[in-house]
Parts: sequence; C-alpha cells; structure tokens
Amino acid sequence: MKPILFTFLLLLAYSSQAQSDRYTEAMKKNLAAFGAAKTTADFQAVANTFERIGDAEKTQWLPYYYAGLSLSTAGWSDPNLDKDANSTRINALCDKAETIEKNAEIYALRNMSATQQMMVDPQTRWQTYGQQASAFLQSGLKLDPDNPRLYYLQGESVMNTPEAFGGGKAKAKPIFEKAVELFKKEQPKPMYPHWGQERAEEELAKCQ
Amino acid sequence: MLSFSGIQKITNQYITRILLFIGCLFFIQAALSQTVITGKIKDGRGHPVPGVSITIKNSFDGATSDSSGNYQFSTSDTGSRQITVSSIGYRPLEQPILLEGKSIRLDLQLREEPNEMKAVTITAGSFSAGDSKRGAVLSSLDVATTAGSNADITAALKTLPGAQQVGEQEGLFVRGGTSQETKQFIDGSLVNNPYYTSVPDISTRGRFSPFLFKGTVFSTGGYSALYGQALSSVVLLESIDLPEKSEVDASISPIVVGVGTQQLAANKKSSWGISYNYVNVGLYFGLVKQQPDYFRLPQFHSGDANFRFKTKSGGMVKYYTTFNYNQMGLRRPDLDSPGLKNAFDLGNHNWYNNLSWREYLKNGWKMNLSASYSTNLDDISQQVQGANNEAHFYSDSIFWMKNKNFTLKNRQDLAQTRAVFEKKLGGLSALRFGGEYWYNYNPFTYQDTARTLRDNMFAGFVETDIYLTNELAAKIGLRYEYSSLIRKSDLAPRISLAYKTGKDAQISAAYGIFYQKAENQQLFYTPDLGFTRATHYILNYQKMTKDQMFRVEAYYKKYRDLIKTEPVNYYYFNYNNSGSAEAKGIEFFWRDKKTFENFDYWISYSYLDTKRDYLNYPGEITPNFASKNTVSLVMKRFFTDWKTGFNLTYTYASGRPYYNFMINSSGKYYTADQGHTKDYHSLNFSMEYVPSIGKTNPKTFVVLFASMSNVLGYHPVYGYNYSFSGQNRQAIEPPANRFYFVGCFLSWGVDRTQDAINNNL
Repeated sequence: MKPILFTFLLLLAYSSQAQSDRYTEAMKKNLAAFGAAKTTADFQAVANTFERIGDAEKTQWLPYYYAGLSLSTAGWSDPNLDKDANSTRINALCDKAETIEKNAEIYALRNMSATQQMMVDPQTRWQTYGQQASAFLQSGLKLDPDNPRLYYLQGESVMNTPEAFGGGKAKAKPIFEKAVELFKKEQPKPMYPHWGQERAEEELAKCQ
Repeated sequence: MLSFSGIQKITNQYITRILLFIGCLFFIQAALSQTVITGKIKDGRGHPVPGVSITIKNSFDGATSDSSGNYQFSTSDTGSRQITVSSIGYRPLEQPILLEGKSIRLDLQLREEPNEMKAVTITAGSFSAGDSKRGAVLSSLDVATTAGSNADITAALKTLPGAQQVGEQEGLFVRGGTSQETKQFIDGSLVNNPYYTSVPDISTRGRFSPFLFKGTVFSTGGYSALYGQALSSVVLLESIDLPEKSEVDASISPIVVGVGTQQLAANKKSSWGISYNYVNVGLYFGLVKQQPDYFRLPQFHSGDANFRFKTKSGGMVKYYTTFNYNQMGLRRPDLDSPGLKNAFDLGNHNWYNNLSWREYLKNGWKMNLSASYSTNLDDISQQVQGANNEAHFYSDSIFWMKNKNFTLKNRQDLAQTRAVFEKKLGGLSALRFGGEYWYNYNPFTYQDTARTLRDNMFAGFVETDIYLTNELAAKIGLRYEYSSLIRKSDLAPRISLAYKTGKDAQISAAYGIFYQKAENQQLFYTPDLGFTRATHYILNYQKMTKDQMFRVEAYYKKYRDLIKTEPVNYYYFNYNNSGSAEAKGIEFFWRDKKTFENFDYWISYSYLDTKRDYLNYPGEITPNFASKNTVSLVMKRFFTDWKTGFNLTYTYASGRPYYNFMINSSGKYYTADQGHTKDYHSLNFSMEYVPSIGKTNPKTFVVLFASMSNVLGYHPVYGYNYSFSGQNRQAIEPPANRFYFVGCFLSWGVDRTQDAINNNL
C-alpha cells in the first residue's frame, strides 16, 4: 500500500505544482500582454483575462490587482472613457482582492480610482472623491509606510494641485524624492507590483 | 521487506510510468478536445457590445469581445461547463455549455442593467437641485453664490424658469399662480410658515439656510402624488444626513452675528448641532437711508438645534428644530388723508420641529416616517397717527379710516404625521404608498372678535415608477384628501412619462390634477368653501451633460373653483368657489460650465400668458403678479489665483398690470383704474474671498462675502396702492433702492487626513 500512497501524494504534489505553474505562466503571459496593451480595448481585454485568472484561482489577489491596474491605466490614457463606470469596476476588483489580502498596493489602486473620478469635475468632486483618495493613501501608508508608489501618487496629487490650493512643484519635490529613494530600495517578489520608479524620477526632474 | 533503495527504485519506476502515462493522456486529451468557441455579443436592440468578458467558469480560458462584438477562444476543457458573460452596464449571464472538441458558435444577447445614472428620469415640471442628486441644477453652494440671493433659497430659485419676479411679496409665484399655491416641504413634511412674517409690500427671507439641505427639488408643475395642497408648485427640501466633520462656525457682519457648532461622533454614526443668529439692522439703516420711518427696527433672533443618527440597518433618524422671533414697526404716509401716517407694528414667534425616520426593511422595502409640529404667532397692529405720532380714532361712518386701526393676533399650529412605504419591484421600478394626517389649529383674534379654525386633514396616496426599459419610464399616482373643516374630499390623479431620445437627451410629459383648500382668512368668513383645483399639462425636452444643460418646457394649466370675493358691504365679505383661470407658456433654460474655463452661467427665459378671475377681479384678466416675459442671466467666475469669486445676476421682467377695483352702486366690482408698470431690471453683484482655500491643513476656514443689489440703481415700481376714493395712488417700491451686505464667515474644523500623510514624510 505504501508505494501507492506515496505515488498518490507525489501525483498530488505534481498536479499542484502544475497548477501553480499554470498560474505563473498565465500571469506572465498576461503581464506581457499588459505591457504591450495600447488601446482601452486592449486594457479591458487584459483586465478581463486577469479577472478570469483570479476567479479560477480564488486564493490570489494579484490577478485582481492587475485587472484593476490595467483598467486604471486605461483611465489615465483615455480621456473619453466613462470614469465613473471604470472606477466602479476597479473598486469591485479591489473588493475581491481584499477578501484575500489587504495591502498597501490595493490602497494605491483605490487611490487612483478615486482620483480619476475626482478629475471628472474637480471643483465639485474634490470634497468627496478628493477626500476619499487621500484617505486611501493614509490607509495604505498605515499598512506599509515604505511603499514607494503611495509616495509617488501623493507627489502627483500635490504637484497637480494649484499652488493657490496648497499644491505645486516645490511642495511635491520632497515627496517625489522620498518616493525615488524608496523605489531604489524596493525588492519586490516575482510578479509583485514594481511600477512607478521611472515616472517618479521624471516628475522629480520637473520639480528641480 | 524492501530496503530503502528498493523502495526508491520501485517508486522511480512508478513515477516514470505514471509520468509517461499522464503525458500521453495530456497529449491525447489536447489533441482530442481543443474546443474553439466563437460568437457575437449583442444588446437588447441588436447592437454589438464590445469589451465583454466571456469565460469558462473556474478556468483561465476565455476572451473579450472586440469592437464589433465578436469573440473567439479555444479551451482544452471537456464535458459540461458553465460559460459566464459579464460587462459593465449589463446583467451578468451564465449558461451551460457542452465541450466535446467540436467548434461551437455561441451568440449571446445581454440585457442592460437598470442603471440610475443611465436611465431616463421624469423631468417634466421639476428641477432637481442639490449635491447628491444627479442632474443637480443648483447646489447649496450655488444658492449662496448666486448674486442677489444672499443665500436665500427662494431668491435663487427665482433665477430658474417658471418663477415670477415679484419684489413686493415673499414666496414663489409660479406659472400664473399666486405665492400661496407654492408649498415647501422639509423631508416630506409641509412647512406652514416658511418665510419670516412680513409687513405689506416688503418681502422677507425664508427661514431656512440652504446649507441645511443636501437636495432641493423645485417643481413648477406636475409634481408627485406624494404631495398635495399646492395648486402650482412644490419645493422639496431634503435635509443632510450627517455633517462631513465636526466644526465650529461663526459669522460676523454689521447686520448679523451668529455662532454654531456641528459635532460628528467619532464612529461617524451620529451627530448633533446647535446654532444661533441675531440680525439687527440698526447700524445698517443708519448708513443706508430707508424710505419708511422705522419706529421699531427690524430684529431677528433665530436658534436651531439638531441631532441625527444612523440606525443599525443603515437607516437614519433626524430631528431638527428652529425657533425664530422677529419684530419691526414702521410708519408710512396715509393715502386718504395727507399729513396722516399708518403705523404698522409686527411681532412674530415661530417654532418648527421635524422628526423623521428612514429605514431599510427586508425584501426591498423602505420606510419613511415623519412627524412635525410648528406653531407660529403673529402679533400685528396698525394705528393711524398724526404729525406728532398721536393716535387718531374714527367713528363707524368713516369705516375706511376706522378699519385702519386694528389689532390682530393670529396663531397657526400644524401637527403632521406621515408614513411612506416603498417597495422595489425589480430594476428601478418601485411602488410607493402611504398616508398623512395634518391637524391645523388656528385661533385668530381681530380687534375683539375671536374665532378658531380646526381642521383634521387626511391624505392617502399610491404611486408607482414603471421602468419598461432604461429608455422608457412612467410614474402613475393617485392621491386622496379629506378635510374635516370643509367636509369635502378630493381624488387627484397624476401621470408622467419620460422617454430617452439620445445619450443625454429625453422628452417627458406630465398630467395631473391638484387641489388646495381655501386660505384660512377666507374660511373664517365662509367655512364651507370647496377645494380649488388646477389641471396641469406639461411637455418637456432636456439635454444634459455633466457641464451643460438645455431644457425647454411648454405647459398649459387650467384652474377652476378658485375663490371669489362677494362684497356684503364695504368692509364685510363672503367667498365662493366661482373663480377660474388659465395659464400657458413656454420656458427655456441653458446652463454651461464648460465653454469658458472657471466660468459658470445660466440663462432662464419664461413666457407666460395667463388670465385669472379670482377674489375681487371683475372678470378674467391678467393678474397683477404676472409678467409676460421674464429673463435671468446668472454668471459666476472664480479666480483661483486671487482665491476670489465674482458673481453677477441680471434679471428682467416685462411690466406687470396694476388695477384698482372698486365696488359700484349695485355691489359689484369694477375696474376703476388700470395700467402697466414699467419693465423691471435688476443687476446684482456679489463676491467671495476664500483665503484658506486649498490649504493642505486649514485649521480655520474663512470666507469674506460682499454683495450689492441693483448695481445700476434702477428704480423699480411694483404696482400702486389706492386711496379709498380712488383719487390718490402711491407707487409700491422697495424700502431702499439698493441692499448692501458684507460679512465674514469662519469655521474651525478638525480634519486630520492631510496631517497623517504629512507626518509620514
């Protein structure tokens, strides 16, 4: 009996290895597709695939995170996209991701989602979505005070706020500096978020 | 017994064999069962839907539809599976599929998700305003920054189409209706005395600050069966739930001082607040000359308090109370006798309470309960005075002078309870029903004659929202009312429809019958007056995007059973229901926040053609409060660099008719004199300076506000008052040509959001 049991265990190990290989492979393939995506349709297709992977895996937050990040990228690049509908979907993906794990990266995504909704009509939406966005940053920093992306996003928000409203380049500069410093130290696990360093350096250069 | 190496050997053999076997299996399976699925996704109208995610449930296999709705993917899964289809704005779809290695064509149709943002709304007759509502026309900040409004809700609503520019009386005169035909409701409860009590020919402000409310609906006709007793129009005010943060506020100005606080509990589930304001125009009247001779300076005290809390199931309980006292006394020249004056003295106490409970029940039911109680006491007297302010008294034979000396105590109490239940019927369709009970108690003492009116009024209503699709909706309602005082009941049907004609455009239509009891002053004389009645027909087209709104609305309104005055003698009247009227018109509204950066403007135009036979009118004639053409242009520009906003409002109304009706020898009214006033123009200016705007962590929020009405110094005439003989007349004019205001509003709030972030740097 023993050999059979052993074989069975081995098979189980093999299949779970196969499973996680399959996950890694699917993720890598779709991360490459994400990197190549250009149009809103591309980003939506990439998001759909990530969500599909997340739904099938059930224990991974990264697919949902990347699905949201892909939609968020579409949100930044497509001025005609319905930001409210897009953000509603991003938020739903964040909700799904957070049932698995609560972390600073998801808060960074939530921050971008709220920021995009605010920018639809900053004057009237500042009080609601602007406040939400900064509350997400704060919650993210509580979980990970050294997250470079949160500082990068905060820097963007400060830089894009008119000086008369307490923003501006001078105020954004130390925040970007901190972001770049943290980016240099960052050593992410495979497939974990690692975006933002180049952007942060570019923005910091604009503040000099 | 096998040795360890033996086990390992056998195991290795096993593994090799098994792996080989599995490899073959995979290969065979892959070769056999690669299923290709293709298809097209369409919506309910057969249009392709792009960006839809099609997935074999619990697998990585799937695709996204392209711009023509087509999709294609292959899967190595076999057997019976579920395919799921999802896209924003559509109901998710799940259906079984049998994978056998053969190609499958699967065309699917998605049903639109009922979506409040996308769905049509019934807009005929109503303007939604407020921060929370979509389609907001005016936010509370808009009310405050509309030049000429000085943060009075009614004044700001007058810049919208449908409302007349009547400067000598408070209230909203809507589409040929009197100001009594517009009623205000707070959280569903009628407000009996929404304005400070006024003296004749001088209008007053509303009692309620725009910042109490998160939403305002100004309906200029065809309103819902949930409301009644208003022939023309309703203003629905929805109070805010919880304040965003705790704060302390103060306002300082030469006219008004105020302090208040709002405290939000740490768990953000409850709040309370109190505030007090005191208005004294003594200093102001010293600087800006007023036409009447004020012997008692206008003074206003107002205090309010509130508490609100969230219930466990997400409902809300709110209580609001306000107490007001105002007084003023003024002398104006007597029209009948040169050298004499009429001294009018007024004191008013008002206490208003509103308690409401909104609760979400099981199975899609929602409940709104409310109760309100208000008491209003007017203490009014008038005296004819001579050159040295000494009283003059007259005998019965000089009744027209004798009646100018009077005292009047009028107390109006209103207690109400109201219950509304709502059930969602799938999608956006809903059924609402409920009832209300009003108890009116009105003791009234004129000279030494005391009378009391008591009325128990019941109303029941049912209304349904039917969404046939996101594009087509109907609202059908019925309202029943019974008044114990007049012992009469009425049944009022209301129907409206809306159809979406494009992405942002829609047409709607409304029809309804509206009833209103006669005014108490009339019921004192003739207690069995029936309900007055109006029928509305409205057609509306609206195109609205985030920054722009265009709206055109045409209406026809037919009145019957209006109150007519029957003179018994020169100073005693009876009333009957023989009056009638009709009004028709067309109105345009355009608001644009987009074309010019940081510049927001709107234009309203109203055309009104109305004839009315009521009170002492000798026949159907254009009433004295109706202008044929009314235009408002409101402009707002905020300069970020200066932290300053400038606001201008220009209003034009064509001249109104004025009349002097007298009684002839056979006891009938006739028109002794008539004419048209000159056109009305007004240019109002206001500005606000907000030095703390956008500061990352403002401890103190400061707004400096200044306004000036009638910048161009135009001299308006609202109409004429006539002497008893009809020989003398005097123009009705505002007490001063211009009104100036400067004030400083401060608030100290605690907002730690930015603090926390900065501390992390």
